[in-house]
Amino acid sequence: MTLYGYRVPMMASLLVWCVIWELVGQSGLMFLVPPLSAVLVAGYSMVQTSTWQAAAMITLHSFAIGMGLAIVVGVSLGVLMGRFKAVDELFSIWVNIFVSAPLSALVPVLMILFGMGETTVIVTVFLFAVWIIVLDTRAGIQHVPKSLIEMGRSYGASTFALYGKIVLLAALPEILAGIRLGLVRGVKGVVIGQLLVAIIGYGELFELYSRSFDMENFWALTIILFAAAMLMSAAIEHIEKKVDYYAGVR
Amino acid sequence: MTLSTASIHALPHAESAAVEVRGISKNYKEVEALRSIDLDFPRGKLTTLLGPSGCGKTTLLKIIAGLIEPTSGEVRVNGKTVTGPGPERAFVFQDFALMPWATVMRNVAFGLELKGMGKAERQSIARHYIAEVGLTGFEDKYPHELSGGMRQRVGLARAFAVNAEVLLLDEPFSAVDEQNRRKFQEDLLRLVEKERKTFIFVTHSIEEAVYVSDRIVLLSRRPSRVSQIIEPKVDRTASPDAIRRDQGYLDTVEEIWQGLKHYVD
Ligand SMILES: Nc1ncnc2c1ncn2[C@@H]1O[C@H](COP(=O)(O)OP(=O)(O)OP(=O)(O)O)[C@@H](O)[C@H]1O
Ligand SMILES: [Mg+2]
Repeated sequence: MTLYGYRVPMMASLLVWCVIWELVGQSGLMFLVPPLSAVLVAGYSMVQTSTWQAAAMITLHSFAIGMGLAIVVGVSLGVLMGRFKAVDELFSIWVNIFVSAPLSALVPVLMILFGMGETTVIVTVFLFAVWIIVLDTRAGIQHVPKSLIEMGRSYGASTFALYGKIVLLAALPEILAGIRLGLVRGVKGVVIGQLLVAIIGYGELFELYSRSFDMENFWALTIILFAAAMLMSAAIEHIEKKVDYYAGVR
Repeated sequence: MTLSTASIHALPHAESAAVEVRGISKNYKEVEALRSIDLDFPRGKLTTLLGPSGCGKTTLLKIIAGLIEPTSGEVRVNGKTVTGPGPERAFVFQDFALMPWATVMRNVAFGLELKGMGKAERQSIARHYIAEVGLTGFEDKYPHELSGGMRQRVGLARAFAVNAEVLLLDEPFSAVDEQNRRKFQEDLLRLVEKERKTFIFVTHSIEEAVYVSDRIVLLSRRPSRVSQIIEPKVDRTASPDAIRRDQGYLDTVEEIWQGLKHYVD
């Protein structure tokens, strides 16, 4: 929602909820909910500990590798499915199953396959993120105007140039939307992977704070995670808007 | 049928043909779009393909462009058999086919970019043709900032920039409003005169065909065959308004209409 061109209402509603949180916390009615101010203070000192920094690094590392793989594999498979009917028929049933399947249930199986370490977490991130990237890329490729491809061919584009200069760029809005949705799912994946399997990184901290009922730190951790996910998604959305602007005449 | 103002040629002089179409047939599964078409397109002339909707004009043009494989028959350009797109042919698309993420300059220079020409050189060529189509000052605009007519001018400039001998235009003005269309037709005539290229032009509009063409090929309804070839006798040195009132022009329009009328019912 916008007001006079600013996204005021969204920020305002966020403020209202922050105030409600603070009041509920101050009232001491629910022991699971400490005041927001206490959470922020805890968070401020938490991010300065080496424990948190190490956990964040491990988490970021697994996330980056898993996401990187998901983007490379997802976009490639999506392009192939969008361009070649045979590939599409071969894979689309699996992609459609996995995109909506409760993947958390698979994590114990992954643990057997990939052990208790970081590999399992990376695979979890990958599996959470990749399917929606495949689907959106495929849709984007299928919507590339036929005449743009004919234009490339008639002006002598090599296959490489056809994809690099035309097809991928024409599908970019959909590919970016897929990556944005994939990022959000990947954040889920990294936490679930760390929690269920490896008990490392952020998952270890979550486990530690929730078991010792250290609610200030627990919520601080959660807020940082959500903020990171939202920031990344907003960054992609920003690029998407720019791209949509140029792609406006499709 | 007799034509007072236009002459009919069964088979024109092949030696000066830039493009020769020999026995081209095209079937899309059960749909027989083209049935053994034989045509010659004389060098340096503008030939128009005219026919009822869905008769296969676009199909024939794209076969000449090398974008579609014919079911049988062959196309020769300068005597060489066409196996795919080639640098001696350039295509102007009905829906413009501009890259929305690229500026006018990049779009016009795109054919040259694909050939691997250096940036400075291709931009100077592109700038020349941007001026030719009357878009100077719009080099850094994006397609969505232009009107339909201006977008097609970009498509035209792109085709001219690669300096192909044969230009293939598929209803280039169909998405352009009437006023711009007329202006556009006049500009096209000027460019035909100036560039001395072979033009193959597809249109729905009889008036447009008679106004711009040296030759008009009438195609019959599907399965499409050449039903008639007409050479309008119009004095093109006259002013555009005078041409549109010219008796030869009006008579040819009428003759073609009489020839096509029975397809409409
Ligand atoms: N890819 C395709 N698959 C199946 N049928 C096709 C295909 N392309 C064209 N056709 C059919 O072939 C016939 C000729 O099509 P084409 O587009 O060449 O006609 P056209 O003369 O350009 O028509 P219009 O004046 O409407 O542009 C039509 O009946 C069309 O339905
Ligand atoms: Mg057509």
